[in-house]
Amino acid sequence: MTDKDITLHKVEAPEAEEQTKPGLVFIPAVDIYESTASLTLMADLPGVKPDAVEIDLKDGILSLSAETGEQGGQEEQALSTEYRSGRYFRRFTLSDLIDQAKIQAKMKDGVLELILPKVEKAQPRKIQVKGA
Amino acid sequence: MAYWRFLPERDPMSEWSRLARELDRSVRGLFGQGTSAWPGVYPPLNLTEDKDNYYVRAEVPGVSGGDLDISVEGEKLILSGERKIPAAEGVSYHRRERTAGTFRRSLNLPGMINPEKVQAELKDGVLKVTLPKAEEAKPRQIKVAGAQGGLR
Repeated sequence: MTDKDITLHKVEAPEAEEQTKPGLVFIPAVDIYESTASLTLMADLPGVKPDAVEIDLKDGILSLSAETGEQGGQEEQALSTEYRSGRYFRRFTLSDLIDQAKIQAKMKDGVLELILPKVEKAQPRKIQVKGA
Repeated sequence: MAYWRFLPERDPMSEWSRLARELDRSVRGLFGQGTSAWPGVYPPLNLTEDKDNYYVRAEVPGVSGGDLDISVEGEKLILSGERKIPAAEGVSYHRRERTAGTFRRSLNLPGMINPEKVQAELKDGVLKVTLPKAEEAKPRQIKVAGAQGGLR
C-alpha cells in the first residue's frame, strides 16, 4: 500500500457512556489545528445534514453529536453490508478559552468545519521591552 | 426461522460479520495494534436491491462530485477518485486523523444491469449509485394456471 492510498475506516464508539437512544454510535475522524487567533476542527460526518449537527461548549468541554438519516429506502433488501451508519458523537476538552459568541460552523460534502475563536486575553501578545 | 424476526437486522449474516469485526477489534486492542483497523479497501460499499434497481452506497466525506469517477463494465461497477484535504498554513496541528489520497474500488454486481440508465447522486458526503436491472434480470411473477384445488 502506498502512502497515497486512503485507509479510512469507521470507528464505533466504545460504550463508555450510557446512550439513551438505540442505534450505533461512531467516533468521527477529526483534524484539529490551532492558529494564534483560533482553533479549527474539521470532522468527517458523512450522511449528516447541516441542520442535524449539535455542537455544545460548556466548561471547556466541546461535545459534537450528529444524527444521520436512514440511508436505504423502504423496499430495499441488503445484499452486502460493508459499513453501518448511525449517530456520531465525540467530546473534546479545550485548554484555551473560546469566545462562544463567535463560533462558526459550516457543513460541506459531509465535512464539518468548526472555527472556535480564542478570547482576546488568551491570544499571545508580543511584549515590547523598553530600553531604560 | 421465527427466531430471526426479532433481530433488528434484515440480513442476519451482517450481524455475524459485525460480531466477527468486534472480536477482531478486541483482539487487536489486547495486542496494542490500535482499534481502528478496518481490513479493507476504501471506500466500504453497501449494496442493496429492490424490484427494479441495485443501489450502491459509499460514505465519501469531503469528496466533490468532480473528483469522483464512476464507470460500469458489464456487471462490474468501478469507483475511483481522489480526496483532497488542503493543509492549513501557519498553524500547528493537534490531531490529524482524516486521510487524503486516491482510491479505486470495483464491485461485481449480482446480476445484469442497464448501463445506459445508471445514475449517481452525491449528497452530504454519501454517494448513491442507482443501477437499473436489465429487463431479463428482473423478477417475474408467474401465475400458476388452474391452481384451484389448493392444498390437500
